[in-house]
Parts: sequence; C-alpha cells; structure tokens
Amino acid sequence: MRAEPELDVGWIAEELREEFPELRLVTTTIDGSPGRSPIEVKQRLRVLSDRYTGQKAIALRQQPIPWAYRVFFRQVGIDPDEHRTPVEAYALERMRAGGFESRNVLDDALTIATVETGVPVIAFDDERLDGPLGLRLSWPGERLGGEGGRPLSSRQVVVADAERSVAVLFADFAEGHGIHPRSTRMRLAAVQVKGVPDVSVDEALWTIVETILGPAE
Amino acid sequence: MAEVSELRAGVPAPVPPMPLRPAVQPDEAAARRTLREQIARLESELGALFCSTFPRTGFDWAVPARGGPRVLSLAELAEIRDGLATRLYHNRKLLGDRTYVEELNRRRIEEMLLNPAEYKWVRIQNEDIGERGCKQWHVQPRFGILGMLMNWWRVRISSGCPLAMPAPAGLQIS
Repeated sequence: MRAEPELDVGWIAEELREEFPELRLVTTTIDGSPGRSPIEVKQRLRVLSDRYTGQKAIALRQQPIPWAYRVFFRQVGIDPDEHRTPVEAYALERMRAGGFESRNVLDDALTIATVETGVPVIAFDDERLDGPLGLRLSWPGERLGGEGGRPLSSRQVVVADAERSVAVLFADFAEGHGIHPRSTRMRLAAVQVKGVPDVSVDEALWTIVETILGPAE
Repeated sequence: MAEVSELRAGVPAPVPPMPLRPAVQPDEAAARRTLREQIARLESELGALFCSTFPRTGFDWAVPARGGPRVLSLAELAEIRDGLATRLYHNRKLLGDRTYVEELNRRRIEEMLLNPAEYKWVRIQNEDIGERGCKQWHVQPRFGILGMLMNWWRVRISSGCPLAMPAPAGLQIS
C-alpha cells in the first residue's frame, strides 16, 4: 500500500500565460518501470473496450473535455481532424483494432486514464530531467532536447525543464527523454486547457499512478 | 447666425489638426480573445453538425493547420475562424440538400408501397434515406416473366446486409 501521489503545478511562461490564462501543466513523479501489465490491468482494458462503442466515438467531439482539447488544438494552429487529440486517437485506434490492445503497464495506464477522463498525459524519464517541468515558447534557433536535436520552428509550444525543451506539446519527445524499458522513475505530466475541470486532471494522474503502483492506502 | 454669416462671407473655419494615428493603441489581446472565443463556438457547432451528418459520407471537415502548436498571429486566428465558418456553412448547406433528397426518397418509398406498378424496377437503399445498413426497397414483378406480362408488381424489402462468409479456398486476403 502507498500514499496518495503529490501533484505539482508546473510553470507557464509569461507570454504563453497571457495568451492562454487557463493553460496548466500538472505533474507527479512515481517510482516504477514499464513492465508487462498484470492481468487486472488487461482485464480493465478489455472492459473499457467493450464499453467503447462506435456511437460513443462519433459523439466524442460533443463532450465537454474532448471538445476543449479540440478547441485548444485549433487555437494553437493544429487541425484536430488531421492530427487527432489524444482521446480521439485512442478512440480511432479502438475502432480500427477492435479493442484497446495491451502493450505495457505504462501505455495501458495512459490509455485507461485518457479514455476515462479525456485528459492527455505524457510520461518522461525523470532521470533525464533537470528541475520542474513547464510550458513555454521555443526560442529562436532552439533545438528539441538541446544540442543535436531537431530544430524547432519559432515560437512553438514546448514542454521544457530548467535546461532545455523536452517535447513539443502534443507531438514528439526529445531523443532519450521518453520512457524506455530501463526507466525506473517516471515524471507524468497532464496538460489542462480552458474548459477542463481540475478534478479531471487530478483523476487522470491518480488513475495512472493507481494502475502502475496499485491502490493507495 | 454670426457663424453662418462668416461662412457665407468665405472666411474659412479653423480646422483642428488631424492626428496621424489614434491616441490609444488598439488592444490586440482583446481581439485575440474574441477570435479564440469565436473559434471555440464554431468548433462546437461544427462538432454538433458532424454528429448530425453521421452516417452520411462525403463531407469535408478539414480546416488547414497552421504549423502548430504555436501562438498564432491575429491574422492566422482570423483565417482559422473564417475557415471554420466557411466549412460550417458549406457542410450545413450540403446536409440541407442531402436531407431534402432523403425526404423525397422516403416519400417515394411510401408511394412505391402504395402503387408498385408506377415504379417498375426502382430501387431505393438505406443510404438514399440517410440511414446505415444494407436494407433496400426494390420494385420487382411477381412470378418473374409472368408478373411482367400481367403487370403484377410488388416491393421487395431486403433483409439487411449479407452475412459474413468464409473466403473461397485459394483466395489471398492481404
């Protein structure tokens, strides 16, 4: 048995906060590695697959939380019908594959949390991060993950630690900053946009922690 | 009266100097906020329309991306707003046209059922009335050639989609 996870609110750069005052990044850190999923998690995925019908997938964009992320995608210049929001991407995958397939305990936990709450969560290898995570705009000439990374276009919204950008928001990770089989400590980050209640964000993170580590005391 | 008489006398009235630009800077933040709210409202309407069109196909929902995620300029936000509004307008119009035709097809099915001989060989499918499935209404003669000669017509309603069958031996499915 373990204690409830502590949730931290990440920093948001001033110019980004002026544009999106409700944008938040909520993080938590857990000890764990992405091994195989236990039978209970696989069973939960199966139940989730059965509950997720085509009709529900179609009506997804009318639900408040998926709609809020679609709106945010539009407002930052992404077409959500071309680059799907995370919850819609899971729904599409469910329709294509006929169910949510189990991959490993972390991916399964991310799937369960995102599908149940609608809130996207990303996971980083905590040992590769320096300081707290936050959101900011990329600097001129900046590269994703520092020297050797791919160049970022100007004023892109990135997830960054104290030293460098570690991911483009809702896109790719910097090399080596995602979770790999030898990761032992993970930093989970949930992105909250306007229209998404705090409780949904907290629930998304708690769901992942509970799925990976088991229920709290 | 004194002013009027002065003007009539051809004495020009003093003209205040025109400022080259407004004394206050336009509040771009407010304009951006308004555009973001409009985008949110249009996205909501587009989502509702998307659900209304299902299961019909042939609608285009794409509004070009702007290389995000990034903070967009005022002009780019306005372009997205306009793109959404245009998409909404076209898809609403298309749905209106489709539902009009579907309503005509529904009426035609009723007429076919009442008087099949007037609609020889006419076939209307579920898709033609905006519904899912493979059901179809097909006007056919009773007893084949005899029905054609005797002008005995009826509407055959199919029982739905064909059942899934195993692939024939030797057929490779990629």
